[in-house]
Amino acid sequence: MKNIKFLLLGIFFGIILTKSEAVSWYRIYEMFKFQSFHMYGIIGSAVGVSMILMYLFKKGVIKDYLGNKINIKEKKKGFIRTLIGGTIFGLGWALAGACPAPIFVLIGHGVFPIIIVLIGAILGAFIYGLLSKKLPS
Amino acid sequence: MDFILQPWAWFISGPLIAFVLFLFFYFGKNFGVSTNLETMCTIVGAGKVSDYFKKDWKERDWALVFLVGLVIGGFVAINYLSNSSHINLNPETIQDLADLGFTKAGNSFVPNEIFSIENMFTIKGLSILLVAGILIGFGTRYAGGCTSGHAITGLSSLQLPSLIAVIGFFIGGLIMTWFILPLIFG
Repeated sequence: MKNIKFLLLGIFFGIILTKSEAVSWYRIYEMFKFQSFHMYGIIGSAVGVSMILMYLFKKGVIKDYLGNKINIKEKKKGFIRTLIGGTIFGLGWALAGACPAPIFVLIGHGVFPIIIVLIGAILGAFIYGLLSKKLPS
Repeated sequence: MDFILQPWAWFISGPLIAFVLFLFFYFGKNFGVSTNLETMCTIVGAGKVSDYFKKDWKERDWALVFLVGLVIGGFVAINYLSNSSHINLNPETIQDLADLGFTKAGNSFVPNEIFSIENMFTIKGLSILLVAGILIGFGTRYAGGCTSGHAITGLSSLQLPSLIAVIGFFIGGLIMTWFILPLIFG
């Protein structure tokens, strides 16, 4: 039951992603066509507000629920991995019109073919795991 | 209550996403979704094939519970919190999509041309869905994050790898949208 807060958080996030239309394939297409500000506004304002939060986390003004300082994990460094990996993800994002979280939200919408995308994504993560030591970073 | 049933404006949705990020960190976790794809590999036994997946997935059970929440949230939002699933697209977008053979653009969240059940049972339709998934899974893990982990968490904490990754997201997204989609559907 200790995880119930994450269940509620998932429900909340699923509702936001639906109501903002960020789970719509069309919105992603429109974004990459530069024909609407909508997605840029969502991501931009999310990043903007988060920046303030991150600053307050780092300064120790906001602590976690146990009163501990909040640590932000450092992202793995590497120019090739982030650029090439990012580009490969971008191709998939624009094709499926969904990034990982929306895949799950769309299952809830009853868009069952998205389950094939999910299976593919798990397979893709598996392929990465197999090759991870051989890929340039 | 009517404002809840309407689509939410970007300046409502964006800060709410930041609030979700806040709750993640407040509960002692980092915000990110794509790591779960690896956890799922571990659950289905990928550790037998590669040491990369030899992890204790139970340490991430909270994240899997979050995913279940996403499915429920999607179900609740579409069935009980929406009075229409019409997407108010730019008319130019609708025209561009019509040129690609996408009819009724914006009448639902996702196009039938990709996500109908009939399409799923054609070689082309199945390949599109599966390849898109593989690109998402492989790309996010190689890059070390997706939209939540890199674009939102990473950019807002001023991490250079995330900026490079997001530039990559756009390079890939633009290539797909401007060059490859017209080849697939044109």
